[in-house]
Amino acid sequence: MSTQRIKFYQTGTFTAGNRLLDEATRTVQSRMDRTNSLNSGHRACQGCGEALAARYAIDAAMRASHNHLIAVNATGCLEVFSSPYPESSWQIPWMHSLFGNAPAVASGVAAAFRAKGRDDVKVIAQGGDGATVDIGFGCLSGMFERNDDVLYMCYDNEAYMNTGIQRSGATPPFARTNTTQAVGEHPGNPLGTGKNLPRIAMTHGIPYVATASVADLHDLESKVTKAIGLRGARYIHFHVPCPLGWGSDPAHTMKVARLAVESGLFPLFEAEFGKVIGSTPIRHKVPVERYLELQTRFKHLFGPPADTGAIAAIQAMADENITVYGLLE
Amino acid sequence: MSLLIEGSQAVAEAVALCRPEVIAAYPISPQTHIVEQLSRKVKQGGMGCCQFLNVESEFAALSVLIGASASGARTYTATSSQGLLFMAEAVYNAAGLGLPIVMTIANRAVGAPINIWNDHSDSMALRDAGWIQLFAEDNQEAVDLHIQAFHLAEELSCPVMVCMDGFVLTHAYEPVELPSSTQVDEYLPSFKPVQVLDPDDPASIGAMVGPEAFTEVKYLSHRQHLRALELIPELTETFEQRFHRRSGGLCSPYRLEDADIAVIALGSVIGTIKDAVDELRREGMAVGCVKIGCYRPFPTLQLRALLAGVARVIVVEKDLAVGVGGIVSADIQLALQGRQTPVHTVIAGLGGRSISKASLTQMVRDARAERLSDPHFLGLNWMVINQELARRQETRRAGPMAEQLLRAVNAIGVKVV
Repeated sequence: MSTQRIKFYQTGTFTAGNRLLDEATRTVQSRMDRTNSLNSGHRACQGCGEALAARYAIDAAMRASHNHLIAVNATGCLEVFSSPYPESSWQIPWMHSLFGNAPAVASGVAAAFRAKGRDDVKVIAQGGDGATVDIGFGCLSGMFERNDDVLYMCYDNEAYMNTGIQRSGATPPFARTNTTQAVGEHPGNPLGTGKNLPRIAMTHGIPYVATASVADLHDLESKVTKAIGLRGARYIHFHVPCPLGWGSDPAHTMKVARLAVESGLFPLFEAEFGKVIGSTPIRHKVPVERYLELQTRFKHLFGPPADTGAIAAIQAMADENITVYGLLE
Repeated sequence: MSLLIEGSQAVAEAVALCRPEVIAAYPISPQTHIVEQLSRKVKQGGMGCCQFLNVESEFAALSVLIGASASGARTYTATSSQGLLFMAEAVYNAAGLGLPIVMTIANRAVGAPINIWNDHSDSMALRDAGWIQLFAEDNQEAVDLHIQAFHLAEELSCPVMVCMDGFVLTHAYEPVELPSSTQVDEYLPSFKPVQVLDPDDPASIGAMVGPEAFTEVKYLSHRQHLRALELIPELTETFEQRFHRRSGGLCSPYRLEDADIAVIALGSVIGTIKDAVDELRREGMAVGCVKIGCYRPFPTLQLRALLAGVARVIVVEKDLAVGVGGIVSADIQLALQGRQTPVHTVIAGLGGRSISKASLTQMVRDARAERLSDPHFLGLNWMVINQELARRQETRRAGPMAEQLLRAVNAIGVKVV
């Protein structure tokens, strides 16, 4: 009998299909008893990275909390596309208050349950990058330093997409947005601006900080599961492509997300009490052009004439991440 | 038991008697003594499982309470002035969501120029946010209003501000009757929320609402306020039966029978106005006054009835709608719609300027003689004003106004009547 030896290139990473894994380590999303907490029928765009990340994250959080979960949501795409009354997609207790106060509202929920002597309920807060790194940053930092018992999840699509693609403090250099147009002497978002919220979260010394990407949903689920099992302030930063804002093909969301990871632009790591405890290695390092060229927000970098200086600056950012987080070791 | 106690301490004791479960606070004068005392009581273990959160801003303080109240906890905070404005977005949100949060406003001016002293600009700025606003005349009433406020808020699922004059009341030592915990427990039922974040019965709270239902949501809030106009007198009655003193209520007349002139005001200045009324009555002038105890909802019909026999109304208000004049007087004019009663607006006590009995009696005499400007600024220093106006005529780059005025005032000297 002739046999053919199959080579699994993905062996050793969680991107392997569930069928290659034993039952216990398969994704929450592949289980019959997944909770569909963010149910279908919502109004997210085609190829929305945020909807994908939220669906996996919340179902994993539900499983890890034995279905005792309360979610607080900042204003933003996730809130708007999921909640137009009376068609809420949320199958869990869910609350939206304002754009900038989700961490504080979640602190209040946690405090109320503590006052009532209940420790069986887990509280998550979630928002986009604008809600997290900009308008809600004060409340987030307060929630961190008090070590309130909340897991905060940021869905970072690198601009204010809900209001129509304006620059946020998480917009990458050179990216075109509707407030950093690709015009003038320095087209796109200025180099040397923006903030790295996972690092800022780490300096608060909170129990857990992690980054995750829709490119590796198994890793994303496992980080959420781990975070839910802990107490105190926890933070996970998800990289979620936005086809509308990034000018990428909705069919390429996973590809774009993967290239961000594989180029080193979005490092996947975990940190505990301010120290990095592990990172996900890059298997095949790709140049940043592979990631940039799929998105019209970076189209002006490819000319003519090509802005080789800008591309080199972005490559330097990726290389720096690779060194700092040991992504090729 | 009657105690000689600071207003803030008395309010803290009253709040503690109401057994809040979550308190979140951010320091701002003149409110701080209240939350300092509450944090001490929580830390000493005297308030059960109550959680006290030291947050990073007033916006966060109210936001924490929004989350806690939606989780079924009884919630409390206190703020003043800039703090109230800093939380403004959450103030509207708490009311829109129908969360029965109780908040003390230690009334203070709003800058610029920065000023820590008392007037009503802060709570007036948020008067239409959907919160019930009760104003205390003295510290006894401040204590009693807090106990009533939790009852009212939770009965209606509507947040309540208890406004008390900063420093004038918060820092004043007065004899205050503090109720026993048994009395409060019997008066104040336990909090049974109409909506709650519950994993066993999931609900979405704060969903997006479009034009198809937004007006209806707002109308129902309005209805709750109209209901408050019925409920507040009932609560006051029950309170009087249980605690043997009259406190709160929509609006209270003083020597208004047969009065030609009524002076209307909110808060602690009512005490001085009553003294002025007594003096004028001794002189034979038919003057009375009306205290507005509940400013939002506005007791329009009740005031209309109270003022039926009055020929002239003077509204003394510690606020200013810049470019317009009075805020409370506009509401009073609405209450007197269709009548010929003249309504004088007197802007007084801004930024802590004292309102003396002498200035009030003079004000009433001037009103009767039609000598009040409209609006009338009580005790305005015209010499300083004219000097500054002239200086500004001379030079374009006249510099910061407040600093120049202070210099002028110090040169001329201040005459406090």
